[in-house]
Amino acid sequence: MNPLELAQAGPGEAFTVTFDGRPLAALSGQTVAAALWTAGVTAWRSTRGGGRPRGVFCGIGVCFDCLVTVNGRANQRACLVPVRPGDVIRTQEGPGQDDD
Amino acid sequence: MTERAHVAVVGAGPAGLAGALTAAARGVRVTLVDGADQAGGQFYRQPARALGARRPEALHHQWHTWERLRDGVDRHIAAGRISHLTDHHVWCVQRESGSFAVHALRGPAQEEGVTVRADAVLLATGGYERVLPFPGWTLPGVVTAGGAQAMLKGGLVLPGGRVVVAGTGPLLLPVATGLDAAGARVAALVESADPRALLRHAPALAAEPGKLAEGAWYAGQLLRHKVRTLSRHIVVEAHGTDRLKVVTVAALRKDGRIRPGSARRIPCDTLAVGHGMLPHTDLAETLGCTLSEADGTAVRVDDEQRTDVSGVWAAGETTGIGGAALALAEGHIAGRSIAARLHGTAPDPRSWAAAARARTRLRTFFTALEAAYAPPAGWAERLTDDTVVCRCEEVTAGAVRTAAGSLGAGDLRTVKLLTRAGMGWCQGRMCAPAVAGLTGCPLTAGRRPFARPVPLGVLAGLPDD
Repeated sequence: MNPLELAQAGPGEAFTVTFDGRPLAALSGQTVAAALWTAGVTAWRSTRGGGRPRGVFCGIGVCFDCLVTVNGRANQRACLVPVRPGDVIRTQEGPGQDDD
Repeated sequence: MTERAHVAVVGAGPAGLAGALTAAARGVRVTLVDGADQAGGQFYRQPARALGARRPEALHHQWHTWERLRDGVDRHIAAGRISHLTDHHVWCVQRESGSFAVHALRGPAQEEGVTVRADAVLLATGGYERVLPFPGWTLPGVVTAGGAQAMLKGGLVLPGGRVVVAGTGPLLLPVATGLDAAGARVAALVESADPRALLRHAPALAAEPGKLAEGAWYAGQLLRHKVRTLSRHIVVEAHGTDRLKVVTVAALRKDGRIRPGSARRIPCDTLAVGHGMLPHTDLAETLGCTLSEADGTAVRVDDEQRTDVSGVWAAGETTGIGGAALALAEGHIAGRSIAARLHGTAPDPRSWAAAARARTRLRTFFTALEAAYAPPAGWAERLTDDTVVCRCEEVTAGAVRTAAGSLGAGDLRTVKLLTRAGMGWCQGRMCAPAVAGLTGCPLTAGRRPFARPVPLGVLAGLPDD
């Protein structure tokens, strides 16, 4: 059993996004965090003080631990932002900086 | 007045939905403002529509109540009595002369400002999980119990394959059974409370047989799935370098100390951990609503669910943690009171007598539950000096102790100014209970001007008044 089977989900066709250049499959309706979890990725940020890895903590947008860079924009909360086809997701280093 | 009286309901969980339904049924125009893209809040959080779940109820309790609420709200929306603004994240509610301005950020990027004006406001902003720190709690793979459940309910994903659920409180039971049903291997449920503490509160708890039956059902599920339950145990440390690999658990003695020789290691890739809940009170604080004297963390309301700011009502977890059934009762009462007050009539408490009785019973029940599931004595002393307490600013327990000790800080604000604990992205929502516990400072309101980060462009675009 997996969660999709349990809820008898019929998601649309998976699409591709990249995480640090690596292609990953994602489903429409998932958040960036859910897509990364599905791919077995649990860390996508390093803290600005100790450079320690972080990922989802609160899962509901309160804690800001899951900040990530999506399509060049830093400091996006992965647990809130929906994943879209072709998204370029990158590990956020420290305070993060937008690409543009 | 040519236009119908208008209430803005902030939050589309059980309390907000009950309040919106009740007020709309009594001729009040309702704007329901919520951050999610579907109604339900955390308790009724459902899989995203695009995932096409045919059995969303598989991860839920009390689905029929949800269906009744949803259908009722849908009918009012169709009839034009309720507008539901989804994906609207409220950052501030402002009092204006005779009305209120509810400021929200729209869309997933939360960058576009929207303002809703209303004659009254119902704050139904819910709560969030309290997690007390321990060595290793910042490792990827350590998530809040509610967070694991939210990701599962909303995104149909699991954090890992082998999970330990730990901490204290009634939430741990549905989280463990949910993760198990969805295919994770729950290696252990580690609860710090002593079952005998529940017995001590037996009279108050027995007054809610339905709730006890729910607890027993979960316990039965865990037994059936052979999930090992360790009572009066805690996670002492989470181990790993870049992600969680193992947790060490140990038994507690009666005095809260660790029983020597009881430590054991449990391999796992996920730790779902929580120590109860805290109310979301940011919007109420900014409006000037008084928080309760008891612990200063919940919005104080009267019998009609009115705050002490005229025109502002509050219901659900924001007035004190008590679960979905209490939130429904409070929302219902608030909705009736709002309708009467906005129509200029005196509300009749007899019209909500049943909801008021439920409210009294459930508040008593949760007060007893909270006492039974208090975090174990001595948790703060067990924190090593190098344990990170403030996750955003990476402030350690040692730094916090120094601030309160040799530097003499006597309140959370001073600790923050000396150490930066609580000054980061989450504004102390995660670390405040820990800092309070470590320093002996009272857990006071955060006094945050904004309930979430607001782009400067949105602030600059607000009209002057």
